[in-house]
Amino acid sequence: MRDRLLIFSGLFLFVAGVTFPMWQGIAAKTSTKEPDLQLPANQTACVAPRSYMRAAHMQLLIDWREGAVREHRLRYNAYDGKSYKVSLTNTCLGQCHGSKEKFCDRCHSYVAVSAPYCWDCHQDASATAATTAAATAAGRTP
Amino acid sequence: MKITRKDFLRLAGGSVLVAGSGNLVKAISAAAQPSSTVPGSKNIAAGGSTARRWGMAIDFEKCRKGCDDCIRACRLTHNIPQIPDPAHEVKWIWEEPYEKVFPFQRTDYGRQDLAGSRVPVLCNHCADPPCVRVCPTQATWKRGDGIVMMDYHRCIGCRYCMAACPYGSRSFNWFDPRPYIKPLNPQLPTRTKGVVEKCNFCEERLADGLLPACVEACKEKALVFGNLNDEDSAVRQALRVRYAVQRQPELGTGPSVFYLI
Amino acid sequence: MYMLDKAMAGSCRYWSWMAFLLLLAAVGFVCYCRQLSYGLGITGMSRDVNWGIYVAQFTFFVGIAASAVMVVLPYYLHDVKQFGRITILGEFLAIAAVIMCMLFIFVDMGQPMRVFYVLLYPTLHSMMFWDMIALSGYLLLNAAISSAVLGCEYKRVPPPRWLRPVVLFSIPWAISIHTVTAFLYNGLPGRPLWFTAILAPRFLASAFASGPALLILLCLLLRRLTSFDAGNEVIRRLGIIVAYAMTVNVFFLLVELFTALYSHAPDHGEALKYLFVGLEGKHPLAPYMWLSAGMAGAALVALLVPSFRKNQRVLALASVLVFVSLWLEKGMGLIVAGFVPSPLGAVTTYAPTAPELGIVLGVWATGALVLTVFYKITISIREAS
Repeated sequence: MRDRLLIFSGLFLFVAGVTFPMWQGIAAKTSTKEPDLQLPANQTACVAPRSYMRAAHMQLLIDWREGAVREHRLRYNAYDGKSYKVSLTNTCLGQCHGSKEKFCDRCHSYVAVSAPYCWDCHQDASATAATTAAATAAGRTP
Repeated sequence: MKITRKDFLRLAGGSVLVAGSGNLVKAISAAAQPSSTVPGSKNIAAGGSTARRWGMAIDFEKCRKGCDDCIRACRLTHNIPQIPDPAHEVKWIWEEPYEKVFPFQRTDYGRQDLAGSRVPVLCNHCADPPCVRVCPTQATWKRGDGIVMMDYHRCIGCRYCMAACPYGSRSFNWFDPRPYIKPLNPQLPTRTKGVVEKCNFCEERLADGLLPACVEACKEKALVFGNLNDEDSAVRQALRVRYAVQRQPELGTGPSVFYLI
Repeated sequence: MYMLDKAMAGSCRYWSWMAFLLLLAAVGFVCYCRQLSYGLGITGMSRDVNWGIYVAQFTFFVGIAASAVMVVLPYYLHDVKQFGRITILGEFLAIAAVIMCMLFIFVDMGQPMRVFYVLLYPTLHSMMFWDMIALSGYLLLNAAISSAVLGCEYKRVPPPRWLRPVVLFSIPWAISIHTVTAFLYNGLPGRPLWFTAILAPRFLASAFASGPALLILLCLLLRRLTSFDAGNEVIRRLGIIVAYAMTVNVFFLLVELFTALYSHAPDHGEALKYLFVGLEGKHPLAPYMWLSAGMAGAALVALLVPSFRKNQRVLALASVLVFVSLWLEKGMGLIVAGFVPSPLGAVTTYAPTAPELGIVLGVWATGALVLTVFYKITISIREAS
């Protein structure tokens, strides 16, 4: 067994590499912390039960999208009777969740989900407001 | 049970084909009934006068030379990028010389006051749009109220609709438009690279009971908007008293935009 | 698939050729990555000329794909026994051409990740939907036919009984793929250059001229480079097919010119004028169109005079002339000029940019790669038997 050294060192490197995410997370103390979501300040109920939203908010968004764009269904009647205007920027963010960065991204980056390309077109109202505010403060027209 | 690799692959391929063809059969049977993504299409086909048909009349006599209020209003409302290179322009409503818009109206000894004037052009929201006919994914379709809609989520960017439009009304996003949008209207989405866009008669404003941005912005009231199927609407009244032309009516597209001579 | 190992054993020359093609394909791939990240603005297309060399190449190679029918039909329907040796070459050429077509369409999409929406949301009134169905079906048909034929040659058994009806079915299907492609263009009332019923016959005629011309060149090349010899009789007959098809094609073009020039109707004439003479002083395509016309004329002389056509060197030259002439006319002229003048009378010049040409080269190289692999397998199997 001349190769014992080679075999065991290779095995060690392999196991270390494969388990790298685990012990790197432990060392950085990030995995035990839950994502720090900033919940909406002025709303108590969500458009749908929390468990449904956790599991299927993307499905809800797609239903909203197809309904609003293709079938002109512009209002959504929630399970608790409230009516919401169907709009990602103005209702989801503007009326309730405020900031994409402080709400949506927190969970998405925690579970390493890359958000779909919604944000190539739809705007994050708070980010735009911040840019506008900064521009106005600097004396430039936005 | 021993199965060879060849047989397994054949089985797998065959299953995929069968599953896919099921979709095709569904589509053919769905096409027999009016599509649910084209609500109100029955109304349009029957020419029902109870259905709304949005239309616009543009008044040559009132449209002021050198004014671009309608164009600016459209751009600011809808986050339309201002791209300096004309090859990659995005425009929903813009101006063209009269001779280019109506090349076969021009006669050598016709009305001289129209020569050299600039005419606003936009999507005509045709009654029988060639662009809708050719779109392979129904990313553009004719809504029950006459508006030819765009779904930017569905568009694959093949630009077939742009080739089909006889009026050159459609623009493509050749690259990311965001850097060219100043100022950004935060209430409305922008578009992304790789999709086609065009005037949508401000359908989101119409849903809130407002007039299209260009119509509202025109200080001379040269743009008249309304329901073409309603005899008492402003646009029908204007069409009753003035002679109106359309762009290339001989193509059978049935434009909803009229030009009052 | 079990025959792919035949493509893995080859001479130094074979591997150099494969390496060269892979290099071109890699260049194309890098250019495509740049296009994917920046957008189609990296090409020379514009708001007025929104289809360019990608769609033009797609149109041309659908013709090449359809032309396999010109060897399949005589053999399966009219017992022209000599074509039996090369139907497989025609079918493999069709497969490579269809793959190139699909690649050209893919690289032309603004949102390529959504390309399957054409199948997810079938739109029966859109010709593009039917084009996808027709091309996919043609690919499957030819794949099934050629793998069955080759497999049976390899195992030295007669072909299966389902082969003949499937081949007969592929004949009208081949006609239909190019007809549907023509229907993409000639149903558009706003584009006068394309809005003519003769577009579909023109497409078919040019396909049946350029495809067999390419096949002649491939047969001559294979004879020089490998042990495969299609035989002089095959080459002679292919030459006759090219002669007739090219004559019909030129006739159709002259008929179009007459309609436009005699009627003086501005719609018909303007795009043709832009092609050959220019509009508003801009004539970027004119040199290529006159070159194409000159080559077509020379090719016709070489093809229609029997003593010229019988000389294989002259026939080879004529085939090159036919192929290049039709590539210029259909692969560049027809599609780009359809957009000039624009619906608002603008004369916009289109010229492909370097990344665009890189992508085109990459797709060509991919098609050549596929073709080389298939031909290598075929020849290896034929050599072994």
